[in-house]
Amino acid sequence: MDGIHDLGGMGGFGAVEIEPNEPRFHEPWEARAFALNALGIRIGAYNVHEYRHAVERLDPAHYLAASYYERWLTGVASLLVEKGVVIRAELERRAGGRFPLARPAARMTAEPVRESSAPRFAASDWVRVADHHPRGHTRAPRYVRGRRGQVLRVSRRFELPDLAGHALPAPLQATYHVEFAARELWTDSAEARDSVVVDLWERYLEPAP
Amino acid sequence: MTREHEKIAPIAERVRALEQALSDQGLIPERFLERRVEQAEENFDWHNGARVVARAWVDPAFRKRLLEDGSSASAELGLRSTNEYLVVLENTPAEHNVIVCSQCSCTAWTVIGLPPDWYKSPEYRARVVREPRAVLRSLGLELPESVAVRVWDTSGETRYMVLPERPAGSDGWSEERLAAIVTRESLIGVARVEAK
Repeated sequence: MDGIHDLGGMGGFGAVEIEPNEPRFHEPWEARAFALNALGIRIGAYNVHEYRHAVERLDPAHYLAASYYERWLTGVASLLVEKGVVIRAELERRAGGRFPLARPAARMTAEPVRESSAPRFAASDWVRVADHHPRGHTRAPRYVRGRRGQVLRVSRRFELPDLAGHALPAPLQATYHVEFAARELWTDSAEARDSVVVDLWERYLEPAP
Repeated sequence: MTREHEKIAPIAERVRALEQALSDQGLIPERFLERRVEQAEENFDWHNGARVVARAWVDPAFRKRLLEDGSSASAELGLRSTNEYLVVLENTPAEHNVIVCSQCSCTAWTVIGLPPDWYKSPEYRARVVREPRAVLRSLGLELPESVAVRVWDTSGETRYMVLPERPAGSDGWSEERLAAIVTRESLIGVARVEAK
């Protein structure tokens, strides 16, 4: 999904500010929200890919306005409502006000995807990221789509998030650490020596010798 | 029908509401939430990463193993995670590595801990892949042009940790003293380690 979560390279943001001696949790509710996600996964209501996608589906204005653990709580609550574990009206009654949730996921269907026993690419191969814009979950950031990079390392195999994020059967696929020259990504003023390395599933990549 | 006029419940109340709704259905095992928070406080701590760095600075064989396989080398120090594949990135005089997760906030919890707010902020996530030198400069880290900057976007399941350069003036220091000068920021790659 070309969503608000896919922030890499977006302009208009201000200063990064580090809080000295930042605590692990700022408020008790943050720790509680953190633990509730572990519970949702423990009781089998959803998997971590669905959780990530639920956060991506927050209304864009809410996404940017919310703190990290508010996004986290909203993702958890959205999934538990969608899966029928809890009822939204009941949450709003208990909370004493509106309880914003994520927007609905796109309907995705199962599809056969190559389970890669042997990786298709090797270190130093040149690849291009497919210029796809799926309506569902994906982990290929927009800023590398259509761009050419070089495989630095063949990483381990992991479940394909594009399917797992919709609770569909997901094969294990090779992942790759692919290096993109900064000038390939940002043609204007990027430094010649700088680069960005992105961790990509095999299905996102095409050969580009 | 828009409900924009209705007041959004305070976040603490929303968290409480969800917890109670689950609890009333008997879906929360005894002390499950408390134990999860305790686990986070005990295990997800950047001081673990500081210990890994200090060991790598004093033990060249460990350093080699760490750069080859971060997961198994850090497990030697008792740091185990079932699902983290850890890759350690070595900063050198010629190359500077910095970590981000542009799409959410994935982090190597066992060595970097739960990530700080600035790492999770839209500002950092949007900007560091596009203008890493400007972001680093704004945080007090000026890199010469001769140094190549590599930004690592945690878009998959690999988790990264930076192995910062050992600072000048720390020769002969004990492993414990070295661990004490490593900062969380240096494990992410937005600061150097200073001998102090």
